[in-house]
Amino acid sequence: MTDVLDPPLAAAPHEPDHGHEEHHGPTGILKWMTSTDHKVIGMSYTITSVIMLMIGGIFAEIIRAQLTTPNNSLVSLAQYNELFTMHGSVMIYLFMGPFAFGALANIIVPIQIGAPDMAFPRLNALSYWLYLTGSITMLSGFFVAGGAANFGWVAYAPLSNSINSPGAGADLWIGGLLLTGFSAIFTGVNLTATIFYLRAPGMTMFRMPIFTWNLLITAILILLAFPVLTAGLIMLYCDRHFGTHIFSVAGGGVPVLWQNIFWFWGHPEVYILALPVFGMVTEIIAVFSRKPVFGYKGMVFATLTIGALSLGVWAHHMFTTGVVLLPFFSIMSLLIAVPTGIKMFNWIGTMWRGEVWFSTAMLMAVGFLFTFLVGGITGIYLASPPLDFFTHDTYFVVAHFHSVVMALVLGAMGALYYWGPKITGYLLNERIGKIQFWLLFLGTQVFTFPMYILGLRGMPRRIAIYPLHPGWKYLNDVASVGALMIGLSMVAFLVNIAYSWKKYPAGDNPWDGHTLEWFTTSPPPHHNFYRLPQIRSERPTWDYNHPGHQASAHGHLAEALIEKDSVS
Amino acid sequence: MKNEARVLVGLGTFFGLMCLVYWLWSKEQGGSVMMFAGMLLCFLPGSYYFWWSRRMRPRTEDDPNATQAQGAGVIGTFPGTSIWPFTLGMGAFFVVLALVFGIWFLVPGLGLVGWALFGGTAEGRRGGKH
Repeated sequence: MTDVLDPPLAAAPHEPDHGHEEHHGPTGILKWMTSTDHKVIGMSYTITSVIMLMIGGIFAEIIRAQLTTPNNSLVSLAQYNELFTMHGSVMIYLFMGPFAFGALANIIVPIQIGAPDMAFPRLNALSYWLYLTGSITMLSGFFVAGGAANFGWVAYAPLSNSINSPGAGADLWIGGLLLTGFSAIFTGVNLTATIFYLRAPGMTMFRMPIFTWNLLITAILILLAFPVLTAGLIMLYCDRHFGTHIFSVAGGGVPVLWQNIFWFWGHPEVYILALPVFGMVTEIIAVFSRKPVFGYKGMVFATLTIGALSLGVWAHHMFTTGVVLLPFFSIMSLLIAVPTGIKMFNWIGTMWRGEVWFSTAMLMAVGFLFTFLVGGITGIYLASPPLDFFTHDTYFVVAHFHSVVMALVLGAMGALYYWGPKITGYLLNERIGKIQFWLLFLGTQVFTFPMYILGLRGMPRRIAIYPLHPGWKYLNDVASVGALMIGLSMVAFLVNIAYSWKKYPAGDNPWDGHTLEWFTTSPPPHHNFYRLPQIRSERPTWDYNHPGHQASAHGHLAEALIEKDSVS
Repeated sequence: MKNEARVLVGLGTFFGLMCLVYWLWSKEQGGSVMMFAGMLLCFLPGSYYFWWSRRMRPRTEDDPNATQAQGAGVIGTFPGTSIWPFTLGMGAFFVVLALVFGIWFLVPGLGLVGWALFGGTAEGRRGGKH
């Protein structure tokens, strides 16, 4: 027996206040409205963002249905513009971002570091209300005269000015983004303060789980990037209503400035979406391979490097404007491949010779690896200006970022299967989960691969109708079949929730987890812990459950192999 | 506290170097200013943490050999349920709607914001309820 159990478990510092009795508070809608518990707020975030995923998904299905036939008239050209704008906006601003740093982060990060709550619980609640009202504001554009915003999710000037895009829909889009932007900033402040100040004794920075590390870098990136977007939106609003000419040539302004501001937020935003999912996937792969994370410090430094480089790559979205420094942004963008490659290597290293258990969560994580590799490598093509000039604003770009974001959806779904039992206390059905995985994974590939070819054959993005071009129609049909499969996978997810509703009690630690959240009950009590184990590595729960196996805490391959032999 | 400071100062230093290279190479103002501001945003809290890390005893969470018993005691006050974040959020909602539908939305908007600021502050003084 080792020093993990000696001295025996100490009571968590906050326990005497509450004892073991249940926490009494308001229930139902009043609980939703007044709770400052990070788990309740995180659950509100999760449900709201998954609803947004479904709404954005319905827009996507309509778009794909429109594109099955050349010169289709399912939706009008104006409606199509609204649909692809709101599809992108809902998915990026209202689903993936809040899901990544608001939903699971809110629930899991404080528990992973042994904290009783987020550092600023009421600010956390305010974040959720700003997110919800921002979502309502943006989506209410469909109910005003002139329809929702229709200038693409990037709102390029001068298309987004008051002459080219009049109407309340565009203003509602700006207003919704202001609200969700502040929501994100407050969440960033909250996460940083929580991770810096509320860790349990012994939880040093280099013992934090990778998920928490990634959320820390994400929170810092949020604080760097989102204020820029908010400032840009205020400028855009002033241009539209107060007669300023910041983005209009007529008044001496510079339209490309909007692109600079937007992408200075927009590219870090890609990592704000991706880094939390990298963290989720790291946790899943380590737990279901029954091994520590391979190259823990390498993972941390790779995340830090991605965070550092992310501020210097924004103009690779603007190569074709002709006014950006091509070599600088090309080099910086290509450099991002190095830390991402390290992560990819470490994920494979974690699985290597592990006892891999292909549960639904693990399948989703492996699906993430494949899909993200496709998206990442095509991203390297696009970082090269000659190739970007050829493929800019074609379906090749659309396919590239859909590979990336669908990989994130796979990772996010895996995280729901992995942490869902901790949050709710009940497992989801594995059989339906595997059906969902195969629909989602295969659907994603069937959906994106034809779009790569379409892009290379010259089909521009954001067109509602296209000529009967040989070789365009059937590729679009295949892509639409893929989109339908992805839609069915989401139906399977909802069916699974309904079917498994309170059916399979999970217990506290169904997966033999590594990190502190698996030490407490499922669902965790008010203020999270009745007791805490001694923290002597980055996987305290595993150390507690497997005394005598801490030697490989930092994942050297040789040690991991020895450990595997002694376990089996 | 040292590693926290290192993360922020390290990121800020990298942003500063990148900003310098970018400015000297491209002479483009917008991006250079944003990168420079990014550097400052990292240095501001980072240097504060660094300053503190040299003046305070290591906290239990910085000590690799700390036991849970060392962390016993009150670690902070956490508010109970509160309606004020909701009120403030709804106030902000109406303020934003004023941007779109007309200035009169500011009346309920600022009213709710003011009420929430007052109520939330008073609640903070009382410490909230569970």
